[in-house]
Amino acid sequence: MSCQKMETRILAYVDGRLKEDERAEVEKHLEGCAACRLRANEFRAVGDLLDELPMIEPSGAFNARVHALVAAEPQRRKSWFAWLTPSPRIAFVASLLLVATIWLGSRQTPPPAIAEQDLPVVENADYDVISSFAPLSDLSQAQSDDDDSDVPPQQPQQM
Amino acid sequence: MTRSDVQLMLDVKAGDQQSFELLLQRYRTPLVNFLYRMVRSREQAEDLAQEVFLRVYRAREDYEPSAKFTTWLFRIATNLALNSLRDHRYQKLEISMDAPIVADAEDGDERPMEVADEHPDIEQHLVEEARKKMIRHAIEKLPEKQRAAVLLHKYQELDYSEISKILRCSESALKSLLFRAYETLRVELAPLVASSVKH
Repeated sequence: MSCQKMETRILAYVDGRLKEDERAEVEKHLEGCAACRLRANEFRAVGDLLDELPMIEPSGAFNARVHALVAAEPQRRKSWFAWLTPSPRIAFVASLLLVATIWLGSRQTPPPAIAEQDLPVVENADYDVISSFAPLSDLSQAQSDDDDSDVPPQQPQQM
Repeated sequence: MTRSDVQLMLDVKAGDQQSFELLLQRYRTPLVNFLYRMVRSREQAEDLAQEVFLRVYRAREDYEPSAKFTTWLFRIATNLALNSLRDHRYQKLEISMDAPIVADAEDGDERPMEVADEHPDIEQHLVEEARKKMIRHAIEKLPEKQRAAVLLHKYQELDYSEISKILRCSESALKSLLFRAYETLRVELAPLVASSVKH
């Protein structure tokens, strides 16, 4: 291990935060490097010095001030239409389903065109059945001729 | 059985005010000390710590236990501290960390950690005070991000992955940051370090 690589490990070594194999590697380097050994000892001394600073206690009014701040917070009330607002996850899943549905729909190929000559001729297939239907048989031929047109005959307009 | 931070926060989210009180009791001292060493003013440190707890409370309904609670808590605290330092709002107050703690204890039930009564030898007491002053100054002189890294690493004993998330940097960048900070401290505290190493 180089002295430069030691820079990223020396503090973790001093703090005892290295894994076993890393610690062994560092100790092997320290055996042969007086400069890094000195630095490790000095980092340890710095750590001990930092421990000398006393802790302070929050003032007696600290909790009361926090309570006052919290009490002053407006309570969040859910409005009557809050149930309409979907959660982000539900909205995301719904969006995905919508996109997937649209995509699948766009992929459906139109039905193949059927050639006109392939269609069976049914023009007069059930005519006999219709013509034998009793109410129809009473209709006069003339009336049936008029029924060919949906438009009633127009009277000439008087000018 | 002691409830975990995450469980307490989830209970707060469910509307349990008592759980918020427990979190307040658990973290008020670490937070105030961290912020005190960051902004160098006890009064402002307490204001910022109160703001941290308020933000935690405000965020309760959106809280998701995706990270460690302490990571979230100290990220809020670090951001507030760095912002306040950058705004230079607190520098104008000229309140030094060197102000004796006894002066802050006038109002209440707190006691300084060490008082003169515990030091019958006044000369020894002065030597110890000078030593602490030197250590405080060395920490104060660190660049803000290095200072935050040292405080989180040394006093909060957070692991590297947590600190890197709080400071929004990679773990390797954090290790480099801490190395530079300790190098600076080693130089600044050279007389004290030398005497420690000799012993």
